[in-house]
Amino acid sequence: MYQTTYHRASSVDEAASLFAKGSEPKYLAGGHTLLPVMKQRLASPSDVIDIARIKDLIGIEVTGDAVTIRAATTHNDVANSAAVQKAIPALAHLASTIGDPAVRHRGTIGGSLANNDPAADYPAAVLALGATIKTNKRTIAADDFFKGLFTTALDDGEMITAVSFPIPAKGGYSKFPHPASRFALTGVFAVKTKAGDVRVAATGAFQGGVARVGAIEAALKTNWAASALDSVTVSADGLMSDIHAAADYRANLIKVMAQRAVQAAG
Amino acid sequence: MSQVQLTVNGKAVSADVEDRTLLVHLLRDHLNLTGTHVGCDTSQCGACTVHIDGRAVKSCTVLAGQADGASVTTIEGIARGDELHPMQAAFRDNHGLQCGFCTPGMIMSAIDIVSRHGGQLDEATVRHELEGNICRCTGYHNIVKAVLDAAGRMKVAQAAE
Repeated sequence: MYQTTYHRASSVDEAASLFAKGSEPKYLAGGHTLLPVMKQRLASPSDVIDIARIKDLIGIEVTGDAVTIRAATTHNDVANSAAVQKAIPALAHLASTIGDPAVRHRGTIGGSLANNDPAADYPAAVLALGATIKTNKRTIAADDFFKGLFTTALDDGEMITAVSFPIPAKGGYSKFPHPASRFALTGVFAVKTKAGDVRVAATGAFQGGVARVGAIEAALKTNWAASALDSVTVSADGLMSDIHAAADYRANLIKVMAQRAVQAAG
Repeated sequence: MSQVQLTVNGKAVSADVEDRTLLVHLLRDHLNLTGTHVGCDTSQCGACTVHIDGRAVKSCTVLAGQADGASVTTIEGIARGDELHPMQAAFRDNHGLQCGFCTPGMIMSAIDIVSRHGGQLDEATVRHELEGNICRCTGYHNIVKAVLDAAGRMKVAQAAE
């Protein structure tokens, strides 16, 4: 790891002002992507600004129609939150499948979303549930947030402060984990909103990162049942091909994971 | 350079370290607590697992600065004098180690697993929850046996307190 300067911010405003002063600064939350990348010398921020202990960034609130998770809340806390388990069980389940227990003790929802790894789990939940990303400057709709591989709508220095998930009528998440890393080889989050809309997002599959799957959504809109997808074919266009799985294999995984997600959603 | 102050195994410690210093290197190189191992250095193998404020974490993926003000427990801090921690005793009794390299991390993760699940542990849960700890001797069978054995002992010990 190259030299860097560590700062611990005690408020969102202090973090933003530290960021503005740095030459190539980075926010640090759980650090479970940033630190490995720094160790590989693929990133060399001049300053790392630790936001993980800012009290305003930690906690979960459930209101009548939404679950709001503050950005520095760990995967472990989301997975084990009785309130999340009750309101959106699929979201708690998703958090419980990220990495391993020690990783879940450090990794945060805001960090995962700001990084937008094409195989990360949370982006699928955010996109399928139609969540709203709150930052220290504005709110961004899920449909406008993900801009491709490791790219988001966040401006330089802009920080996610919370994510608000509308509580759906039904929601399920199923992933085929890479057996070593536990990242999604393909993961699908399927949602039926209270208004009757169907939104399905897949992660780990698309070259451009998380995306909705129109063919699956259309079939589930007609009939919310795993069997409704039996005759659906997902196109392999734009899907990743690597040593772990070819594009056509991932295309089939999208369908199978979507069926399991619908079954899990009930 | 920055000064970090934290509690390690119940004792207040401070050290002047480069800001890029990882917690595992603070423990091993500055505090001479070499029981915590560096295996893969990529957050996967779990040999570096310690507890920060009671939660198992991979100390190769935490900056020393991030642990400033925290309470850290390492493998050196779990026995009571000459009396092994029930998890250590169970690893010994069940032959839960072969080369021993992964053992400190296994034990720290296992204590975390037992404390989070209490009496609700079964073999499948232990195997699933140990997914972040890798044993290159592949001695998982006895490791799992040891964790289940220790879970019973820890329950008994808790009830006695």
